[in-house]
Amino acid sequence: MSTLSLIIFLPVLGMIGVLLTPKTEVQAIRRIATIVSAVVCALCTFLLFRFTASQPGMQFVEKIAWIPQINVFYHLGVDGISVPMIFITGLLSLLACVASYGIKERVKEYFALYLLLETGMLGTFCALDLFLFYVFWEVVLVPMYFLIGIWGGPRKEYAAIKFFLYTLAGSIFMLLGILALYFASTPHTFDITVLSVNHAFALGFQKLVFLALFLGFAIKVPIWPFHTWLPDAHVEAPTPISVLLAGILLKMGTYGFFRISYPILPDAARWFGIYMAILAVIGIVYGGFVSLAQTDFKKMIAYSSVSHMGFVLLGLAVFNYSGFDGALLQMFNHGTITGGLFLLVGVLYDRTHTRDLSSFGGLGARIPVYAGMLTVFSLASLGLPGLSGFVGEFLTLLGSFVTYRWAAAVSCLGVVLAACYLLWMIQRVLLGPLNIQWKSIAEINRRELFTLIPLLVIIVFVGIFPQVILNLFGPTTHALVNALGGISQ
Amino acid sequence: MTPIPLNHFVIFSLFLFSIGLYGTLTRRNVIGILMGIELMLNAANINLIAFSRYISPNPETGQIFVIFVIVLAACAAAVGLAIVLAMYQNRKTVQAEDIHILKW
Amino acid sequence: MAYAYLIPVFPFIAFLIIIFNGKRLKHQSAAIAIGGSLLAAAVSTVVILNTLKGATYSHTFEWIRIGTFSLNFGILIDPLTAMMLFVVTYVGSMIFIYSVGYMHEDPRFSRFFAYLSLFMASMLGLVLSSHYVQLFIFWELVGLCSYFLIGFWFEKPSAAKAGMKAFITTKIGDVGFLIGLFLLFTCAGTLQFKDFTPEFLAAKTQAGGGLFALAAILIFAGACGKSAQFPLHVWLPDAMEGPTPVSALIHAATMVAAGVYLVARSFVLFAQFPQALEVVAVIGTITAFMAAFIALTATDIKKVLAYSTISQLGYMMAALGLGGFSAGTFHLMTHAFFKALLFLGAGSVIHGTQTQDLREMGGLFPRMKITSLTFLVAALAISGVPPLSGFFSKDEILLTAYESGSRVIFLILLVTSFMTAFYMFRLFVLAFLGKPRKKIHAHESPAVMTVPLSVLALFSAVLGIPGSPYWNHWFQGFIHGGHAQEIHVNLFVVKCSVAAAFSGIALAVILYRFLPKVPEWLAKIFKPLYLVSYNKFWLDELYQLIFIGPFKKISQLLFRFDAVIVDGAVNQSAVQTVNLSALKNWFDQHIVDGTVNGVAWITQRMSRILRKLQTGLIQNYLLILLLGLLFTIVIGFYR
Repeated sequence: MSTLSLIIFLPVLGMIGVLLTPKTEVQAIRRIATIVSAVVCALCTFLLFRFTASQPGMQFVEKIAWIPQINVFYHLGVDGISVPMIFITGLLSLLACVASYGIKERVKEYFALYLLLETGMLGTFCALDLFLFYVFWEVVLVPMYFLIGIWGGPRKEYAAIKFFLYTLAGSIFMLLGILALYFASTPHTFDITVLSVNHAFALGFQKLVFLALFLGFAIKVPIWPFHTWLPDAHVEAPTPISVLLAGILLKMGTYGFFRISYPILPDAARWFGIYMAILAVIGIVYGGFVSLAQTDFKKMIAYSSVSHMGFVLLGLAVFNYSGFDGALLQMFNHGTITGGLFLLVGVLYDRTHTRDLSSFGGLGARIPVYAGMLTVFSLASLGLPGLSGFVGEFLTLLGSFVTYRWAAAVSCLGVVLAACYLLWMIQRVLLGPLNIQWKSIAEINRRELFTLIPLLVIIVFVGIFPQVILNLFGPTTHALVNALGGISQ
Repeated sequence: MTPIPLNHFVIFSLFLFSIGLYGTLTRRNVIGILMGIELMLNAANINLIAFSRYISPNPETGQIFVIFVIVLAACAAAVGLAIVLAMYQNRKTVQAEDIHILKW
Repeated sequence: MAYAYLIPVFPFIAFLIIIFNGKRLKHQSAAIAIGGSLLAAAVSTVVILNTLKGATYSHTFEWIRIGTFSLNFGILIDPLTAMMLFVVTYVGSMIFIYSVGYMHEDPRFSRFFAYLSLFMASMLGLVLSSHYVQLFIFWELVGLCSYFLIGFWFEKPSAAKAGMKAFITTKIGDVGFLIGLFLLFTCAGTLQFKDFTPEFLAAKTQAGGGLFALAAILIFAGACGKSAQFPLHVWLPDAMEGPTPVSALIHAATMVAAGVYLVARSFVLFAQFPQALEVVAVIGTITAFMAAFIALTATDIKKVLAYSTISQLGYMMAALGLGGFSAGTFHLMTHAFFKALLFLGAGSVIHGTQTQDLREMGGLFPRMKITSLTFLVAALAISGVPPLSGFFSKDEILLTAYESGSRVIFLILLVTSFMTAFYMFRLFVLAFLGKPRKKIHAHESPAVMTVPLSVLALFSAVLGIPGSPYWNHWFQGFIHGGHAQEIHVNLFVVKCSVAAAFSGIALAVILYRFLPKVPEWLAKIFKPLYLVSYNKFWLDELYQLIFIGPFKKISQLLFRFDAVIVDGAVNQSAVQTVNLSALKNWFDQHIVDGTVNGVAWITQRMSRILRKLQTGLIQNYLLILLLGLLFTIVIGFYR
């Protein structure tokens, strides 16, 4: 079996292993899940190093006929855009798996669904056949629904249904778009690489298909005004699931633009660029303002995701090297930073069973290591230079400044707002006089630190040596920009 | 001696059938009804014999039919009387209007 | 001078060691931090000595490359950098040593030194930067350290709040800075400092330099934030919540001067556009006057010094804005020493008396002799008394203003100079002279604190000489890169300056030492003016009213909008779908299924009528049979 298939289907094997284990053997179940995730993570890292970055185009390609009657292929492959996403998926899945040890009830079902989810996410980033892509896209949806709906908070049913239906509604449009592409191409094909090369579709048709795909992706990202499922889902989901939701699922949307909408529908993409930039700017500023109004820790970070994913969209909308690179880097960074922030919220929630920001205070003196972690991740999130968040934001803004000056200028307000809500959060949680209720709160433990340290290392490393990761996807994104007829700067 | 013309047989059998029919329709007693039925059968028998004697090129046919009918009538009478007996034992009546268990 | 990159590395290593071993190191962390800063000072000294010989150095490496666009970071050493290195490492080292005494009892002692080291590393990185974006990165890092150190005693809500205020206020300026950089980059195509030469700019701006001027003004917005210039100065007084050595190092000597450094570094750019220079000059002058005016009535010893800092930074900005590159940078250097000394002296007072309120002090001179004397030196220096350092630098600024032809600015700066002398000696008299107004057990600080005071006092006294006519304005020539500068002494300006200084001092001493009732009486007479000064022009309240309040409102409003409209639309579409399906359900049950059931119902009714025929009476059946037969026969006949 070749690398990509191995990466994708190992979690399924793990799921079978978990299902064969008696449900009382909690320890064994956790071990199986962790080992499988660790192996997948190692394979993803291996992929990262074996990947030849300088060469645009697909690598590690696997192509087997699946349903030959309608030209569906089991077609996998990775390029500079998907490799970082696969790596972050593998890593976050492992870390969130370790963070899942806190799950105490129905452990067996939890880990089984968890591993299925991992397969779906990895498959989405590897698939090169629209049909296969859609299958994996939907495979992600179902376990997510149960993971939120069973192990979630008080309003879990509402959140899970909302997430499921909303996303499903989007993917129906996406399916329509995919089918339209299939029937418009001669010979009929679902192959993304083939469709990307022969794009002789009329502009009107492109626009329609782009809109259909846009709805599917926009809901997932989520782009303003399709974002309202996100706060609910985040608040109700258990911590590890929030991590995956923010860290990976949101990126599936923007990844869709990179992988499908842009290469296949370049004319429509250029035509919609300005509207996407407008939505992005609204999202950035709006998300910032709404975050400022939050009293729930998780909800605040959820809304900050709306703002940060706005930067990704802004970078996507500008069609130049720095914009695309910035967007992709921001996707990667948001995965590590926001993933880490959700883990940190979870750590605090496990100890205090509250997420109300006003009920904390002065924790910095009691739990300094936790405080340091929270501070560093928050600073990365607000784009402090030296940490990874800055590079992504800087490149995105630079790129957008070249194309839409006003967009970059208004988006800068989002940067100030990010400083406001994150520092205010730090002030309410860590600073000020100690809330006597938490005077015996326990310091972050070793397992929790284990889940955070790798992210921290990546954040600092990318912040100081961004070129390493930029080299990884540069050739691919630049080829894409050239194909789109964008500005090579 | 001139033979009795066919008409007479037919008219006789008509009378006999009518009597049987009348009896069947009007008698209250089930046994009476059975007797009426027997009369009608015998009227038919007479017709069969008569036509077979006067018209048919093959006279045996009618006779054979008649013998069959007699046998069947005997069977029918036996079965009918058995039913009547069973009914009497169960319902203590042999009046036709009292027996309407076949009604919906 | 390739070893110059070591300068920020030493303090950074110290930071790493301390932050990861803080618990174990305890008071040894101070030794590590001081070691780091002294090593940095030593290497800086070598670098400075080389620069004095006329050497410059630059080295770049590629940080980011995307297509043809690349960010080449590196090290640039020229006279301006050398001067900043001198200020940062020397003042910094003194303050590090002083902090050992000042922070001795603090439970987070080693954390303090970790932050200080990180600050030192970032600040040195800032001054060594050869690229605008690199400078911006360190610029943000020093801001971060400032945030940490202002909120060092974060259990105090006011300290936590002040840190946040500082960070966000400067961030607003930084956003302007960042946009300015983007604009500059798109116009000029480079952000390397050394690429910006007058010839380069002249070539680039032939078609009109409006955007360049705008970029310069936006960059100045960043400098405004960092150097606490009007209207972004409001964070600096609040920043005094931090420990006093922090106020001395970050909020007086080095970090707040970074804004001035930035303008000086971009001076070629600014000088090309009179509009940009004008903005700098006006903002600087307004700031200088306004802050001095507020300082007149402040009662907190550190607040007086904070406003004094803002005022002096305004002075430097005004000088740069009027084209006085050497005047601004010269004042930056002298100010760093005497203002650090003033803060450390104030810290010593606070350390000795445990109070910051001037109204509670008094008569400290006999008990804190070294502190008082060094403080006096610094106060005389800042007031501009010859031949101390402040006199020469301030005099040059006034000279620049006078020669620029703008009499208004010259007059305002002169009045500011008078006010400076007045509030400084008001402070001195209230704190050190007279009798104690409250029973306080003042004691002199330990040697670890007084020695740095003395060293700084020495520097404050003599540092003006290199820029004075006695040395033939050597400093000005040096900072301009070895070109000797023609500066003719204008005796009129000198007289004005000296007169302002002495009259200010004399008035303060008379009013507060000998006629203590008069100030109160004056305050009553000039009540509106007094209130304006005492309430700091109500700027905090104004910002609360027009920015912070509305921002919070907007965020609440948008949140409600989000919950009601955006999410409402989503939920409504769900609810309407449910309603629609209820309607369809009704239709299905009553219309579609109703038809089916109706057919069955009709059949049933019909059969109820027909079953009447079924009497169960065998004779009825026979009769009907008979009738039917007859009927058939009749039909048959009539056919």
